[in-house]
Amino acid sequence: MAMPHDVPTAAQLIESVREWLEKDVLTSTTGRVQFHSRVAINVLAMVERELAVGEQQALDHAARLAVLGMKDDAELATAIRNGDLDDRFNEVVELVRASVLDKLAVANPSYALPTLND
Amino acid sequence: MREHRGVTTTVSPLEQLSEALRTELGAKAVTDLARLSGGASRETWSFKADDRPLILQRQRKGDTRDMGVEARVVQAAFNAGVPVPELITNGSGDIGPAFMILSHVEGETIARKILRDEQFADARTKLVAQSAHALAALHSIDASTITGLPSIDQVQQYRETLDNLNQALGQAHPTFELAFRWLERNRPTSTRTALVHGDFRLGNLMVGPDGLRAVLDWELAHIGDPIEDLGWLCVRAWRFGASQPVAGLGDYDTLISEYEKASGLKVDREVVRWWEVLGTLKWGIMCMIQTSSHVLGMSRSHELAAIGRRVCENEYDLFVALDGKW
Repeated sequence: MAMPHDVPTAAQLIESVREWLEKDVLTSTTGRVQFHSRVAINVLAMVERELAVGEQQALDHAARLAVLGMKDDAELATAIRNGDLDDRFNEVVELVRASVLDKLAVANPSYALPTLND
Repeated sequence: MREHRGVTTTVSPLEQLSEALRTELGAKAVTDLARLSGGASRETWSFKADDRPLILQRQRKGDTRDMGVEARVVQAAFNAGVPVPELITNGSGDIGPAFMILSHVEGETIARKILRDEQFADARTKLVAQSAHALAALHSIDASTITGLPSIDQVQQYRETLDNLNQALGQAHPTFELAFRWLERNRPTSTRTALVHGDFRLGNLMVGPDGLRAVLDWELAHIGDPIEDLGWLCVRAWRFGASQPVAGLGDYDTLISEYEKASGLKVDREVVRWWEVLGTLKWGIMCMIQTSSHVLGMSRSHELAAIGRRVCENEYDLFVALDGKW
């Protein structure tokens, strides 16, 4: 989708704030404020990752839902709860698992264990 | 303000509390009164009564929860040989709407220090076995002797909590629905009931260089399947970044075999897994509760906001715990 905005991009703007937090704020604070600037750095890094891969992840997620004939997570959650997908349980598990790995790749990529990584 | 020999003096809340403690304990002097921590509903204080170090736990004003149940549980655990602080007294009045005074046990509760500091190297080799032995002793208590203990179906409780959160946040979690489905279909059939601690993990264990010194925080004690305590101890959040499955310190076999040895009862590994899955699901829902207080505006904070994106860590952990078990 074409955007009317000038450079920097949204990702570059966020990156600039994150770099300032890392260079100046983290080093000149202590205790609670330093902890909260560390949290802020993590949050911005997360948003940067989402901006980089979010569009592709949305397409992949929609494709997985389509395999199961579902329009969104709410419909899928209800179907699982009602047992409507019990005869396709293992297939559902694999598709939901793939979406969780995508979420984790944005939220906290270092959390995944080597054994359950794709 | 009070009148004393014609001079008006201000009595600080600290002095008031100190005086109330002195009266309660019949002590000559109360000294070194200091606040250690405060949660939303209760505060912990340390002080000395005639030089004996003690701990005060008290409910905040407006919290009507009865600490009497917790006091009876601590006393019963003490009698059963579980390492716990000694209950000195409990009640309600000037000290607080509800309070307990306990003996002070020296040691460390911060999980990351216990898992990493050199001084706990020896303790780390003993803690899983000591935890298993403490749990076996606590689960041997006749729970019918303690009045007022709650007994709740946690699957149903967290089902309702998740429904409310999903509605409030406008979200759905297919992974949690899969986990609920699995929990329903694999619910352990033959369980015994016992006194369950309800939050047995690093953070609630007082540890010294010699190992486990006291089991703390009995606030969530209830009647239920005792294996809940074993499963909760294996939830990944309680490994605090360490790799070993049991509290970041040991493996499942050690926990189970030491518990079997101490209790004389067989433990089904699959029942431990069932409770670990429920515990992981509970922790995920607790993350949603935390982020909802930011999103819904009760407590605006980027830290609480970020916790919402930790929900998928718990979803991931559910896939690890259930790998090959669906």
